[in-house]
Amino acid sequence: MIAHSWISSAEVVLSTRGLHFLLVMVAVWTILGLAGLLRPRSLRFTAHLLFPLGAVACLGVALLAGIFLASGHAPEVMVLPLGLPDLPFHVRLDALSGFFLLLLGLAGAGISTFAAGYFRSGEGTSPAFLCLQYHVFLASMVMVILADDAYLFMVAWETMALSSYFLVTSQHRIPEIRRAGFLYLIMAHVGAICILLSFGVLQGGKWLFTFDAMRGASLTPYWATTAFLLALVGFGAKAGLVPLHVWLPEAHPAAPSPVSAMMSGIMLKTAVYGMLRITFDLLHVRFWQWGVLMLALGLFSGLFGAIFAAVQTDMKRLLAYSSIENIGIIFTGVGLAVLFESCHLPLFAALALSAALIHSLNHSLFKSLLFLATGSVLHSTNQRSLGKLGGLIRRMPWVAALALVGTLAIAGLPPLNGFVSEWLLLQSFLFTPRIPHAFLNMLIPLGAAMLALTAALAAYVMVKFYGVIFLGQHREASLDQAHDAGWLERMGLGWLALGCIVIGVMPQLALRAAGTVTGALLGQQVSLSSPFWWIAPIAKENASYSGLLLLAGIVGVVGAAFVLVRILAHGRMRRTAPWDCGYPWQTSRMQDTAEGFGQPIRHMFGTFFGMERELPSPTDAAPHYRIHIEDRLWGALYLPIARNVQRLADWIGLLQGGRLSIYLLYSFLTLLALLVFVL
Amino acid sequence: MHPSHAIDELLKLLAASLLLISFAMLSRRRTQRLIILFAWQGALLFVSTLLVAYSAGLTELYYSAALTLLLKVIALPWILHRLIHRLGAQWDSEPLVNIPTTMLVGLGLVIFAFGLAQPISRMATTITRNTLGIALAVILLSFLMMITRRKAVTQVIGFLAMENGLFFAATSATYGMPMVIELGIALDLLVGFFILGIFFFQIREQFDSLDLSNMEALKED
Repeated sequence: MIAHSWISSAEVVLSTRGLHFLLVMVAVWTILGLAGLLRPRSLRFTAHLLFPLGAVACLGVALLAGIFLASGHAPEVMVLPLGLPDLPFHVRLDALSGFFLLLLGLAGAGISTFAAGYFRSGEGTSPAFLCLQYHVFLASMVMVILADDAYLFMVAWETMALSSYFLVTSQHRIPEIRRAGFLYLIMAHVGAICILLSFGVLQGGKWLFTFDAMRGASLTPYWATTAFLLALVGFGAKAGLVPLHVWLPEAHPAAPSPVSAMMSGIMLKTAVYGMLRITFDLLHVRFWQWGVLMLALGLFSGLFGAIFAAVQTDMKRLLAYSSIENIGIIFTGVGLAVLFESCHLPLFAALALSAALIHSLNHSLFKSLLFLATGSVLHSTNQRSLGKLGGLIRRMPWVAALALVGTLAIAGLPPLNGFVSEWLLLQSFLFTPRIPHAFLNMLIPLGAAMLALTAALAAYVMVKFYGVIFLGQHREASLDQAHDAGWLERMGLGWLALGCIVIGVMPQLALRAAGTVTGALLGQQVSLSSPFWWIAPIAKENASYSGLLLLAGIVGVVGAAFVLVRILAHGRMRRTAPWDCGYPWQTSRMQDTAEGFGQPIRHMFGTFFGMERELPSPTDAAPHYRIHIEDRLWGALYLPIARNVQRLADWIGLLQGGRLSIYLLYSFLTLLALLVFVL
Repeated sequence: MHPSHAIDELLKLLAASLLLISFAMLSRRRTQRLIILFAWQGALLFVSTLLVAYSAGLTELYYSAALTLLLKVIALPWILHRLIHRLGAQWDSEPLVNIPTTMLVGLGLVIFAFGLAQPISRMATTITRNTLGIALAVILLSFLMMITRRKAVTQVIGFLAMENGLFFAATSATYGMPMVIELGIALDLLVGFFILGIFFFQIREQFDSLDLSNMEALKED
């Protein structure tokens, strides 16, 4: 059997150059990770040699994936001489995996470059182990995307979960971080079990676990739905879909910033990848109910994430909730695509799926950028609470400028990339009246409204994020000592910002890459209109957009205004303090705070929150204001489960009486019972 | 009388004596007597293995008989004897269940074991197949002894006796286990025994006694 697969792999060796290259990159990362152990104490060695080399490998992956997508090659498959006897690893490079590898490579290059300048010694895990875990994490994500059988997929998936767990708990001496890591580990395992079960259903009774066999299996609608639901729970837990999101706002802030960026930017997307792989590739049917379920979960996650992000006071928690929101948007797109596809509207399905894919790519760029920016802020100020930051634009001009790009992109402003995907998604909502279900036709416009609300709230959140950290006055005197990021960090941030701008200005690049995927999965792709700077996804009469022209317009107007002001008002400029509302003096405490900025949202969406407030009385000599906001789902869903598990464990604990003879009696009775059973 | 028939009868006698010794072990409270009984059990096992080896003409079984003689008749009883003298543990305290009740439970176990062994005996082709029930009974009775005693030393003797039963079951059902496995088990037994010997001293140091009821304090609440 193995000999046979060796021969077959030798036959296709000529057409698997891409795969070979990717596997070499995986090997390179593994070697880089292990190389760190050669000089475990040397930060310079890991930071200035290994991480930059890892970034180069990321670039290589992105480049290869880009070429693969652009050339439209047929899928490459290979059987590796690894794994168990008679159960070798299968790998496959097709359009879908190519797209996600592109995403991984692009975001990973920026993050690795940043990480080269970020990690300091003396912060938890030693540099050598961080380097090992980090590169194993990268390599395992590539293997998840390349896997072509359930066995390799699960091995890579668990490697990914474990390596990221160790990265999250790199500062394991802090109890909160250990707790966050534990929660993450539990959710990751619950998810992995669901995925495993889903594969178990997908094999359809043939007990062959290659994806090829699963593509050929035909399931009854009941079992197909079971497989889909299990996959949704499993991948949803990894992606952070509400109500399986609880680990995300805990684990992301606990991890070092490059790791948060990697988890939020790339790892969550592997869950999206898995969902797409199972829904559109492995399952041979799709039902509209699945689409509606995903759509509803996605929309709710989006709104939920945006609302919670608005009331956060920790900058990394804010970004974590924003990740939930973006995952919600992505799943909304996927849900719409399933809905359209099951109603035999493949073109619109391709549009919705393209929106979801491009949003995944965008999110991996701008969310990584922002997480990394918070890392720089954290390192230079030792503050992560928004209430103690402020005015950093003057101390950290580079980080502030690059973070501004990310902020504008995530807020969905043209001509940056966030706008493109949200625009495409809203466009695809406009075609939902073609769906032949009267009831859905009435409900889905509400979904579109919800999406618009989510996007608006996300913009609100980003104004808060940027405004409180970078604008205004320092809220703490120590911020005067803040310094800008080093050159490696700037390079990493700059790379990601460049990605945001390029995709925003030239969305046809991303659309073309996504088109290859939708072409492979749905047999349809969104058309790219004739002048290359325009995109008109369905038809020019419906809607069209050109990032390039918009950028030209913005540059033109700003330039003209600048020149005109220079000419007309030259010499008559003066610098002066802004109007201070008539106060005799102002302190930095009088600025709008993070809590204050989020207050209207907290008020409007009060039902979402479990709130605990301590308000000072007007006569208080030392007024103290404290607010604690909790997720209601935690109390409603997770604590009952935890209580029941505890109760069950208590019952089982009764078995432990402490007496040795009782324990012996247990084994004796078990032995007797087994003997009787045999009899 | 045919010689093989005589050997068969002799084996049955030996098996019955083994069972008798197991009951004797259940009823004895002095550790010293238990060790002597254990040595006797080993000796009977040695003789029965020799007989089986002779009648079946298997050289491998001679080796395992020699191993039994060395280990179970000479080495382990002698070490145990030294051990209880150094630990001062000649007497076991009152068993958890009183001795008559234990004997009654033991009787029930023997009936159970015979019932269990019947269908297997019918399938076996060895000359000793009728003794499988006895071997099972010895195992169960030794287990019962482990459950009802309080002291660590007596529990270890029960454990060793249980291994004797297993050995007897193996010879009677299939002419013994493969030599490799037998050697492995013998080694396991020796090593396990040494570890337990170390544990005895540790337990005594910790609790000033070998009474295992002290270990209840180890349970976490």
